[in-house]
Amino acid sequence: MIDRDQVLHVAKLARLRLDDDEVDRMAGELSKILEHVETMNELDLDGVEPTSHVVDLTNVLREDVPRDGLDRETALEQAPDAASGGFRVPSPGAS
Amino acid sequence: MSDELLALTAAEQAKRIESGDVSAAEAFEYWRGRAAGDELGSYLWVAEETPEDAGTLPPVAVKDLFCVEGVPSMAGSRILEGYRPPYTATSVRNLQDAGARVLGKTNQDEFAMGSSNENSGFGPVENPWDRTRVPGGSSGGSAAAVAAGTAPWAIGTDTGGSIRQPASLCGIVGMKPTYGAVSRYGMIAFASSLDQCGPLTRDVTDAAILLRHLQGRDPCDSTSLGIPGEIPLPSAERLDGLRFGIWGMEEAGLEPGVADAVNATLAKVEELGGGVEQIELPNAKHGIAAYYVIAPAEASANLARYDGVRYGPRSGNGDLTSLYEQTRHDGFGEEVKRRIMIGTYALSSGYYEAYYGTAQKVRTRIAQDFAAAFEGVDFVVSPTSATVAFKLGERTADPLAMYLSDYYTVPMPLAGIPAISIPGGLSEGLPVGIQLAGPAFSENKIFEASYALEQAIGWKETPWRR
Repeated sequence: MIDRDQVLHVAKLARLRLDDDEVDRMAGELSKILEHVETMNELDLDGVEPTSHVVDLTNVLREDVPRDGLDRETALEQAPDAASGGFRVPSPGAS
Repeated sequence: MSDELLALTAAEQAKRIESGDVSAAEAFEYWRGRAAGDELGSYLWVAEETPEDAGTLPPVAVKDLFCVEGVPSMAGSRILEGYRPPYTATSVRNLQDAGARVLGKTNQDEFAMGSSNENSGFGPVENPWDRTRVPGGSSGGSAAAVAAGTAPWAIGTDTGGSIRQPASLCGIVGMKPTYGAVSRYGMIAFASSLDQCGPLTRDVTDAAILLRHLQGRDPCDSTSLGIPGEIPLPSAERLDGLRFGIWGMEEAGLEPGVADAVNATLAKVEELGGGVEQIELPNAKHGIAAYYVIAPAEASANLARYDGVRYGPRSGNGDLTSLYEQTRHDGFGEEVKRRIMIGTYALSSGYYEAYYGTAQKVRTRIAQDFAAAFEGVDFVVSPTSATVAFKLGERTADPLAMYLSDYYTVPMPLAGIPAISIPGGLSEGLPVGIQLAGPAFSENKIFEASYALEQAIGWKETPWRR
């Protein structure tokens, strides 16, 4: 049902590198799980409203009161590579 | 401090502290010693010292995924190894404000994805009743710590059963409150429309006290509502006039010993004046299918933030994309990768309606099933888990078999309703949990009924007293 190419395509969408053996194993496991998931299709769901959230809330508003956020130093403290007051990363175009 | 505290519930210890028999610092120091001596893998971090202000309540063990300022908070994942958040989750802050200090961070399945705690990036947890068996998951460390007497009480999170199932397998009380009862701010997210924080405790009274302090509306979580009214200490002795709808006793995988314990509990319900009747939840059998679309879909979005830029370790050389891909390859465990893949697939172009859209409609149907059931009964009762604690390694080779461990617990979070698991007896020397679910915000009613049943069942079993 799910083949190697589909696994690789989805992994790319998810920004996830998979080892070669993981690709094969994932194809088998995902197929089996999705086969179970598809048992939902036994149900007649015509006209049923989807539930995205169980709490019936819309537009929760609060007073627009300014408060302190994290300061820069604290925000950068946990970064694997902080430099010049920012998160340093390789150039998106570098190879 | 002698082991006299070990025999007491958290509520009883709080009284000792209040009366001055024991200081909060002494209690903290005692429990810190217990936690540091844990041999089951329950903890990922234990407080190094007793805080200067030790509060007024016994200390609480906190599942790793709750952010606690300056304390390792890794959600059981190598991708957050060493992460010490700059802020504290509202739920934990509420407990601190109530006088409970953080005793330690408990082991869990990575990002709360699992039913056995075997998916932790930092090793499994052993069940204190039988160390060759799992404690359940994903809040396995919290459940094992309370059951083994290395924590007086604990908090965890439940997305598809992650409080109730480990509570069941470890012989303690675990409650998943109504969605929105407790703030999710600072809880490292798995599936945002399902995740809910709740207590894991020795008894129902302790659970009520913890939830009283945990709950509340929080401006930092717009889906939080709190629980209307007070949460009094439960005191009911009778169940007169209450109707209990039993569900799921015909399932093929239900162990006879588990069924016996549930039936014995139902007999107690009737002795206490309650009524028992069979009910149907016709769509509940599709709960696992819907859940394993919705939860991974939400997880795949929530876990996109772990990319080796802002926190956690980084791997990979070369361009930015390979940095992301290699960091995620190295940091995430197998189950997390599997769920990211399922979720990404289900949300991908061309499949969205077939999977996510369908699952959301099944979710509606399951909520309607409960609504219909609650027109006739006050509670829906079932086993919490079809089996007692299973062997370590028994289900790891078959992800689907592991997913089916959540059969009885998944429908409630899909409907957003509260449910508790209380110990109902032993089967083959291992604890069996009984689950009671009620309508949204019926926590007090669930506590009262559970308390009456708890007294009638007279559960005193612990692995450490034997």
